Amino acid sequence: MNDLANPAGVAGKLRKERSLLPTGERLARLRRWRNIKDQLARYGIGIFGLGVIFCLGLIFVYLFSEVVPLFRSAAVTQGAVYAAPGPIDGVRTAQVASDRHNSLGVRLTDAGHALFFSPETGEVLEQKILPLPADVAVTARARAEARSRTVAIGLDNGHVLIAAYGFDEVFRGGARQVSGSLEYPVAVDGDPLLDVAGDGTAVRNLAVQRGARGIALAAELADGRLVLVRFEETRSFLTGETTVERKQYELERPPSNAAITRMLLDGTNRSLLVGDADGQVHYYDIARPADGQVRDSRRVMQDPNAAVTSMEYLLGSVSLIVGGSDGSVSQWFLVRDADNIGRLTHIRDFESHAAPVRAIAPEYARKGFATADADGTIKLHYATSERTLATYGGIGTAPRALSFGPRANALYAVGEDERLHRLIVRNPHPEVSFSAFWQKVWYEGRSEPDYVWQSSSATDEFEPKFSLVPLTVGTIKAAFYAMLFAVPLAIMAAIYSAYFMSARLRGYVKPTIEIMEALPTVILGFLAGLWLAPFIENNLPAVASILLLMPLLMVAFGFIWTRLVSAEWRARIPVGWEAALLIPVVILVGWLSVSLSPLLEVALFGGDARQWLTDVGITYDQRNALVVGIAMGFAVIPTIYSISEDAIFNVPKHLTQGSLALGATPWQTMTRVVLLTASPGIFSAVMIGMGRAVGETMIVLMATGNSPIVNFNIFEGMRTLSANIAVEMPEAAVGGTHFRILFLAALVLFVITFVMNTVAEIVRQRLRQKYSAL
Amino acid sequence: MKEWMRSGTPWVWLTGGAVAVSLVMVLGLLLMIGVRGLGHFWPSAVVEFDYAQEGQQPVRVLGELSRSETLTAAAMREAGHAVPEDQEIVVRHLIKRGNRDVTGSDFVWYLGSYSSEWRYPSDAMVLERLTWGDFIGYLREYREDGEVIVSGSEARQAFEARLQETQRMVREIAHIERVEIGAVNREMERLRLVERGLNLRDELGAAEREQRQAELAAERAELDAEYAALQARRNDLRSELRRYSIVAEVMDGRMQEIQLGEIVKAWWPNDMGFFAKLGFYGQSFWDFISGFPREANTEGGILPAIFGTVMMVMIMSVVVTPFGVMAAIYLREYAKQGPLTRAIRISVNNLAGVPSIVFGVFGLGFFVYFIGGGIDQVFYQEALPSPTYGGPAIIWASLTLALLTLPVVIVSTEEGLSRIPASIRQGSLALGATKAETLWRVVVPLSAPAMMTGLILAVARAAGEVAPLMLVGVVKLAPSLPVDGTAPYLHLDRAFMHLGFHIFDVGFQSPNVEAGRPLVYATALVLVLIIIILNLTAIAIRNRLREKYKAESD
Repeated sequence: MNDLANPAGVAGKLRKERSLLPTGERLARLRRWRNIKDQLARYGIGIFGLGVIFCLGLIFVYLFSEVVPLFRSAAVTQGAVYAAPGPIDGVRTAQVASDRHNSLGVRLTDAGHALFFSPETGEVLEQKILPLPADVAVTARARAEARSRTVAIGLDNGHVLIAAYGFDEVFRGGARQVSGSLEYPVAVDGDPLLDVAGDGTAVRNLAVQRGARGIALAAELADGRLVLVRFEETRSFLTGETTVERKQYELERPPSNAAITRMLLDGTNRSLLVGDADGQVHYYDIARPADGQVRDSRRVMQDPNAAVTSMEYLLGSVSLIVGGSDGSVSQWFLVRDADNIGRLTHIRDFESHAAPVRAIAPEYARKGFATADADGTIKLHYATSERTLATYGGIGTAPRALSFGPRANALYAVGEDERLHRLIVRNPHPEVSFSAFWQKVWYEGRSEPDYVWQSSSATDEFEPKFSLVPLTVGTIKAAFYAMLFAVPLAIMAAIYSAYFMSARLRGYVKPTIEIMEALPTVILGFLAGLWLAPFIENNLPAVASILLLMPLLMVAFGFIWTRLVSAEWRARIPVGWEAALLIPVVILVGWLSVSLSPLLEVALFGGDARQWLTDVGITYDQRNALVVGIAMGFAVIPTIYSISEDAIFNVPKHLTQGSLALGATPWQTMTRVVLLTASPGIFSAVMIGMGRAVGETMIVLMATGNSPIVNFNIFEGMRTLSANIAVEMPEAAVGGTHFRILFLAALVLFVITFVMNTVAEIVRQRLRQKYSAL
Repeated sequence: MKEWMRSGTPWVWLTGGAVAVSLVMVLGLLLMIGVRGLGHFWPSAVVEFDYAQEGQQPVRVLGELSRSETLTAAAMREAGHAVPEDQEIVVRHLIKRGNRDVTGSDFVWYLGSYSSEWRYPSDAMVLERLTWGDFIGYLREYREDGEVIVSGSEARQAFEARLQETQRMVREIAHIERVEIGAVNREMERLRLVERGLNLRDELGAAEREQRQAELAAERAELDAEYAALQARRNDLRSELRRYSIVAEVMDGRMQEIQLGEIVKAWWPNDMGFFAKLGFYGQSFWDFISGFPREANTEGGILPAIFGTVMMVMIMSVVVTPFGVMAAIYLREYAKQGPLTRAIRISVNNLAGVPSIVFGVFGLGFFVYFIGGGIDQVFYQEALPSPTYGGPAIIWASLTLALLTLPVVIVSTEEGLSRIPASIRQGSLALGATKAETLWRVVVPLSAPAMMTGLILAVARAAGEVAPLMLVGVVKLAPSLPVDGTAPYLHLDRAFMHLGFHIFDVGFQSPNVEAGRPLVYATALVLVLIIIILNLTAIAIRNRLREKYKAESD
C-alpha cells in the first residue's frame, strides 16, 4: 500500500539533480492516465453491476413471458374466401377437410365429386369421383370422428356409401408433396354401395362411426325404420387375412313421435344417440345390438319449442355437444347412476347463438369445437375450460359444411352460397380458464365434478385435467405440517439459547443447529423416504408416546432437579446448562418409546396400529404428511431458529434488567418484555421459514407418494407445486399448455416466496431501527 | 409445587428441552449417516443358521445380517407371514443372502423364533461380482479350462493367486472398452457429423465435395482398422479370462460355477482379524470413491458423481465470483445510496430465498431451450435433431446454479465491504489515490476473505442442490466424463452425474432399493462431509475476519 504514497511533495526539492522521480509532464500524463482508469473502473463496474442485477431481474421477466401466452385470447381471422372448388351450380357441398399442414383440402359434393384443392387459392389440384349411381339423389350425410376421415352418404334408393379420404405425404428431394386419395373401407363383393333398406326406401338420417372395433352405421329410413349396421373385422389367426362381417339389426323408434333430426354413434359401438325436433335426445344402449333399446330420453333444450338442430361428439366420442334451434349450445355425456345405467347428463352450457345452430365441428386432438348458426356466425368453444373463446362475424349464410384443420389452426366453412371460407385460427391455449384452474370441473367419464390434476395419459382422446387446487392444497398441507413441527421447536429453542443459556454453551449450540441449514435437502428427503417412513409405519405408537411423554418428562426432570436434588449436586452444573442435562432425558424418552412401541401396540391397538387406523376409517400411506412434516420441519428449524434467536438476543439488555429489577421472574420478563419486543423478528423468521417450506422440492418429492389429492389427512401424502414441476417438467412439450402451466406454477412460487421474504425483510429492518432507538 | 409451576421454571425447562431435542436430532442425523455410510465397507460377518418354520423341513441360511426389527405379531400376520400362535412380539432379521442369480431374492426377512443358534463358519466366502451382486457360499474347487485343479481347503490359495492376475486383466479390458474404444467411437461420430455438415453446405463444388468425402473415407478406414485391432485384443483377453473358474456351494447345497473374470473381490470375513478387516475396509472405501458405478448404480463406485459435482461447482465458481463481486462493489461503492439501491439490495437478498426449482425452470426454458437451442441452430446444424447444447449440459447446470448462488456472493461481499472501517478508505484517499486505486489496492484486498466466505457458502449451497439440476443437466448415468482426452478436453455440452442426484436415483428409482441402500448412505456421507467442511471453512474465515477488523478499527 505504500507505493500509493504520492511523492510529488518532495519532487520539487530534488529536481535540481537528475531526479528518478517523474517530471512534471510525465506526472501530468500519469495523472491523466490514472484519471482515465478511475473513470473506466467507474463505468465498467457500473455496467457490470447493473448487468448482473438485470440478469437476476430477467428471471422474473422470462418466467412471465412464458406464462403470458396462456392468457392471450383466441382469434379467428379471415384467410381466404373463394367459390367452392369445382362445380357449384346446383351442386351441394357435403364435406370439407384438409391435411395437417393445411396444404391440401378436399371437398366432397352431393354430385359425387371428391375435389382436392389448394386451401390457399381454391385451385382444384386433383379430382376423383365417388361411385354413386347416376339417377339417385343424396338424402343424408354423416361423418365419423374427424380424425378417422370417414364419411357416409345416404341415397334415396336405400343405399349408403362409406368413403374415406386421405392425404398421402411423400418426401421428394427434401420437399413434402401431398396427394389426395379415396378409399372405401367396406365393400361387399367389391361394391362399395351398401343396400341398407333392402326395399329401395330412401335414407332420411344417417350416422357413421369408425373406431377400434370397426365401422358402424345407423340409418333412419323414410318409412320410419331405424337400422343399425355393423362391420366387424376379424383376423384369421392362421392366414392373417381380415374378413369383414356385416351384421344388420333393426331398432325400435324413440318413444316420442317427433321427427328425428340427428343421429350419432360412439367410437366403442356401445351407444347410439338420436336427437329429435322436440328438443329431446334418446340414448340407445347397443352394446348388445340384438336387444338394443332406449335407455334414457332427455330434453336437452330449455326452450320447450326448440328442436335439436345439430349434434356432434367431441374427440373420443364421449362428450356430446348439442346445438338447438334456439341457438343454445350445451355439453352432455352419459353418467352412470346408482343403478349403473348411463344417463345423459347436462354438463355445461356455452355462449348461445342468436340463430339456430346449424353445424358443429370438433377439433382433431383436443376437446374444443366450433359452432356455426343459420346467420353464418361462427363461435369457438372449449369444453373442459367452459369457455367460448372467439366469435367470427360470419360467413353470410347458413353453413353447409364446417370443419377444422387437423391442428386446429384453420377452419373451413362452406355456406349455402357455395363459397368456401378459409379462416385462420390462433388458439394455442384454450384449456386455461379460472374455472379450469380453481373450480370443480366435471371431466369426461367421471360421476361428479371434482378437482383433478392429471396432465397426461397414454391415449390420444385424453382430456387434460389442470386443476391447480390439488397442488395448492398439497403445498399448503406440506408447509403447514412442517411449520407445525418446526415453529414451536425452533422458537422455544431460540428463546432458551438467546436468553437462558450460558454464553459458552451457546457458542457451541448455535453453530451446530445452524449447520443443519447447509445440509442438502436431498439427504433429508432420502432419510425421510427410506428410513423415517417405514420406521414410523412400524412404530406408530412410539410417535404418539414421544409427543406426549417428551414435554412431561422434561418438566418432571426439571422439578426433580430444582427441588429434590441437593444443592451440592446442583452446584456442579452451572446455571444455563439445563439443555445439556436434558439431552440424556431426550435420548432416554426416545429409546423407551421405541422399545415399548410393540407392547403398546399389542395393548392398545390390537397388535397392529396401522390396521387399527384403517378400521377407524383413516387412510394410511407409508409416505405421508407426518413424515414430510418432520423432514421439512427439520429443514426449516435452523432458518427460524437462527433469525429469531438473533432477534431475541438483540433485545436491549436494559429492558430486561429493568423488568427483573422490578421483581419479575425471568420467565415473566421473557414473555412480557422480551418476546413482545422481539415479536416482529420472530414473525419474519417464521415467514422466511414458511417461504422455504413452500418451495422445498426434494423432500416432498422423496418423502411423499406425489399423488395429487385434496385433503389435510396427516396420514396421506400430497403433491406440491414444486414437486410437480420436478416430476413433469422434463416431459412437457415445449410451448404447450402443460409446459406453460408449469411455468405458471414456478412463477407463482417465485412471487409468493419473494413477497413473503420481502415482507419479512422489511419487518426485520424496522425492528433493527426500533432497537437502535431504544 | 404450585409455586414452582407459577414461577415459570417449567417453561424454561421446556424451552431447554427444545434445544436438547434439536441438538439430538442434528447430531443423531449426522451420526446415523456417518455410522451407516461408513459401516457399509466393514466386512460384516457371515452368519449361518438353520431355519425351521412350523411343519417344514429346516433349511440352512447363510448370509450377512442387514438389520433387525421388532414388530407385533398381528402386523406380521396382517402382512401375510406365518407367525407362531403364542407370540405377540416378533423379532425379525433381514439377511443379505446374496446369490441373486441362484435364489432370486438377495434380501430376505427371517423370524428370530424359527432360527437356530447362529454360527460363524470361518470358511464362508463372499465374492463381489460384476453382475448379479454379491455371492455368499463355500469355496469347493478351483478349475482351469473346466478341469478341476485343486479341490477342498487348498483351493482357496490357488484361487486367490489366480484372482490377482484375472483382476489385472479385467482392469485392462475395462480400460480398452472405456478409454480406447470410446475414443475411436467419438472420433467416428465426429467424422459422421463432418460428413453430414458437408452435405448441408450447398456452396461446395462437386469436385471439392468428392475430394473431402474421399479424405473422410480414408480416415474412417483407418479408424475401423484401429477398432478391429482393439477388439481383437479385448477378445483375446476375454477368452483367456474364461479359462479360470471356481465352484462354490451355496446355502441350499447347490454347486455353482463362477468365472474368475466375473469376480471383483473375494474375502472370508469370519476368517479375518481386526487389522485385516481394517485394511479391507480402507481398500473398499477407496474403491468406492474411485470406481465407476455398476448394476444400475447400485454397486461399484461414485467417481463420476464426485467428479461431476466438483466440475460443475468449479465452473459455477468461475462464473459467479467475478459477477457477484462486481455487483456487490457496484452496489456498495458506486451506486447512489437511496431508496432504489435499498430496494435492489433487499430484492437481491430475497432471491436467495426463492425456491431452487424456480431457477431450474428458468434454466431449462432460457438456457437449455432458448440459448442452447439457438447455439445448436447456428453452430451444430449437422447434428440436429439430436441436441448438442440444446439438451442437458454441464454448462447450463453451472450457469443455473451461478444465478442461484449469485445473491449469496453479493450479500457476503457487500457485508465484507461494509465492515471495512471508513478510516482506512479515507487514509488512502487522503494520500491522493483515486477511488479506483483505493478500491483495488485497499478495499478489495481487505475484503477478500469476505468474498472467499461468500464463494465457499455458494459452493456449499450449489453442491447440495438437486432439484434445479434435474431439469437442466444431471443424468442417471453419464457415458463419459465432462473432461477427457479428446479435444477440446473440457466438454461443456455433456450431461453429468451428481452426488445429490445419485442419492435420489439409487434410493428411489433403482430396481433393487435394498441392495442400493448402503451405497446411498455412503454417498450421502461423502456429500455431507464435503458440505460441512466447506461450511466450517466459511465460518472459520468469517470469524477470523471479524476478529481482525475488530482489532484494526479500534
